[in-house]
Amino acid sequence: MQMKTILTALIATLFLVSCGNGNHDVSDDPGDSDGLTDFQLEHGIGPVTERVDLGEIDPARVEEGRSIFRMKCEACHNMEGRMVGPALGDVMESRSPEFVMNFILNPSGMTREHPEGQRLLQEYMTPMPFQNVTREEAKAIVDYLRDYAENQ
Amino acid sequence: MKTEKSRILRGMFFGAGFVALAAFLFTGCPSQDRMMDTRDAAQKVYVAPGDHDEYYAFLSGGYSGQLSVWGLPSGRFLKVVPVFSQDPETGYGYSEETKPLFQTSYGFIPWDDSHHPHISQTDGDSDGRWIFINANNTPRIARIDLDTFETKEIIELPNTGGNHASSFVTSNTEYVIGATRFSIPYETDLDVAIDTYADNFDGALSFLSVDPDNGRMDLKFQIVVPPYHYDLGRAGKGPSADWVFFTTYNTELAHTMLEVNASRNDKDYIAAVNWRRAAELVEEGHGRTMSAEYYHNYYEGNQGYAVSNRKDEVTVLYPEDIDENFMYFLPTPKSPHGVDIDPTGEYIVGGGKLATVIPVHSFSRMLEAIDNEAFDGDSRGIPILDYDATIIGEVEDPGLGPLHTEFDGRGYAYTSVYISSEIVKWSLDTFEVVDRIDAYYSIGHLMITAGDNVNPEPRYMLGLTKTAKDRYLPTGPKQNHPAQLYDISGDRMELLLDFPTIGEPHYAQAIAADQIKDQVKQIYELEENDHPNAILGVADNRVERDGNNVHVYMASVRSHFRPDNIEGIRVGDTVYFHLTNVEQEWDVVHGIAIKGAENAEILVAPGQTKTLKWEPQRTGIYPFYCTAFCSALHQEMQGYVRVSAADADVPLTWRTGTN
Repeated sequence: MQMKTILTALIATLFLVSCGNGNHDVSDDPGDSDGLTDFQLEHGIGPVTERVDLGEIDPARVEEGRSIFRMKCEACHNMEGRMVGPALGDVMESRSPEFVMNFILNPSGMTREHPEGQRLLQEYMTPMPFQNVTREEAKAIVDYLRDYAENQ
Repeated sequence: MKTEKSRILRGMFFGAGFVALAAFLFTGCPSQDRMMDTRDAAQKVYVAPGDHDEYYAFLSGGYSGQLSVWGLPSGRFLKVVPVFSQDPETGYGYSEETKPLFQTSYGFIPWDDSHHPHISQTDGDSDGRWIFINANNTPRIARIDLDTFETKEIIELPNTGGNHASSFVTSNTEYVIGATRFSIPYETDLDVAIDTYADNFDGALSFLSVDPDNGRMDLKFQIVVPPYHYDLGRAGKGPSADWVFFTTYNTELAHTMLEVNASRNDKDYIAAVNWRRAAELVEEGHGRTMSAEYYHNYYEGNQGYAVSNRKDEVTVLYPEDIDENFMYFLPTPKSPHGVDIDPTGEYIVGGGKLATVIPVHSFSRMLEAIDNEAFDGDSRGIPILDYDATIIGEVEDPGLGPLHTEFDGRGYAYTSVYISSEIVKWSLDTFEVVDRIDAYYSIGHLMITAGDNVNPEPRYMLGLTKTAKDRYLPTGPKQNHPAQLYDISGDRMELLLDFPTIGEPHYAQAIAADQIKDQVKQIYELEENDHPNAILGVADNRVERDGNNVHVYMASVRSHFRPDNIEGIRVGDTVYFHLTNVEQEWDVVHGIAIKGAENAEILVAPGQTKTLKWEPQRTGIYPFYCTAFCSALHQEMQGYVRVSAADADVPLTWRTGTN
């Protein structure tokens, strides 16, 4: 009887200890799609956790965004027409700036944990990579996309 | 098991004939096969899946010419860093960017024999910035960056035959050293009778400065020394940090049948060189400028391409030119192989390869002997010190064929012993052997974690052995060379692990993983890509013709190339695919190979640009594809090149995406 208790305790300890690590998540804000907050559902999962005040479109930032886009995004995204990924010419009309920034900054978390990200991955089959873009640079890309949506 | 081992040991003893019999008499029975309880040993080397090892170990590849990287204590193989040999697996030595690294005064050399990796040091301890390694055959030294684990520089050593006593660094990486193993004439291409050896041949000791900011080497000077064979070298530490020490053999000046003719003298020398004073003498203008052709190849800029620079002169110091002494010979029995300096910098340990003892010189006694001019003649103006004036101990009963020594920082030295195939542990206090353990089989170097540093870490020891015989599942008449891991944290050495390696694991270095792993780059930043043929936006993809040379400026991203359809190439063209991998995610590599190319594939890391050269010989349609499995649509990552006849008028066109 005593032996049995010790064994049970040992096995329980083993489970507790052995399951405690090893599940490193690259997402900044882990959680399954069921448990997403309203903010996350609308604006995505990632480092942007509250609304961003973008203000007026800044021409200098548009230029910066354009050059980053050319270097790091254009291989997969056209403005008009599907390529490896979806067309982005009108993305700012259907997505919030925070959603786009979170997708740029946390693509693996978005495609794994966000229902919209999961749907896009099923549709396009190639997971979007993180392209070593900072938060400020993501903001510049958003300005470039806003400018395109308004002026083209 | 035991019977099999003694059978093999006996076989080796008989093979070595009389010498082996002597070994048996001197050392008695080989020590017992001693290993920690199997479960304890397994626990000590177990690193759970996903966890990381405590140490990076860098093992030279010997005749593979490369450097292999392992995790300790697990013995996990991490990667091969290609250095002196072309590597079709990565395209190193096949891409246009890396070919210049292989340039020498003898042309493009695709192979070498790499022996002694040495990590850069600060205050006598490994600092993890760079690792240097020597090429024996066509004498060179390479530098590998430890943030990218890539070879970034190779410099050739003139006036040198067999750069073996290399590439050891001084305490603060002021210099990396080289030396001639086979003395040869200095004058380039001198055509003389070999039996004029004593008159026409010279030895060369090389001193290459290292730029503290970027690691770039520069051959500052060579010292012209008697035509002995310079075998191994080590820099001093602490009080002896201004000195380097080289072993010599063949003081007999033999040039044939050295096995016998270079083993006659009871003592050869350890050469002690005050490198700091020698460098000052060069600065003060005491060197001579001599013409000498050699190449210095290195990466220009961040990540672009290597360049080759031909050099045509070198500064040499002739000791007999100079009134003051800056180097000395320490008589040492007998054809000494290794020379190793203990952590305090006081003891200079010779590996008396053919001696029956391990001779230990004292650095402070050496300085006294120099002050007292306790000289026993000279060789070409270099004073020979009196043996009794510098020797402080002789370790008795070390086994037969002691070679190399490292230290644990707790007062013990560990010497590898080749013929009796064992490691002996001895006290730096009493100079007595306190423990011995078998090596499987025929050990060359050994390595202790930080065991050549001022602050050794007495954790693990690797024995680097020359034959595997029955240790693993047999794989044919030629088997891979082993390494054995020992636990040295306790009083007695304990065998933990035995694993085959690549090439010949000649010498090794280990450094705590924490000293390196956070500096390792995950990508090359596209913003910093300064390759002249990079395209930094896929919109720049294009094909340009310049006579018979066609340049394809191409980008890769999961899962396509841009462009992927090219027409207008003609037989007789030389096509250069400049492939920029525009991915910015760790470990997402793309490669390119094209049918019929007399070349290897080229692998391109994230953010990097590499160039594949292709000379199509026949008309036709040539598929090319991504060789690195990159994504779910990797099989779709391909393209076509149309090759037309030399006189065809198919216009040069390229496209992507419009079927």
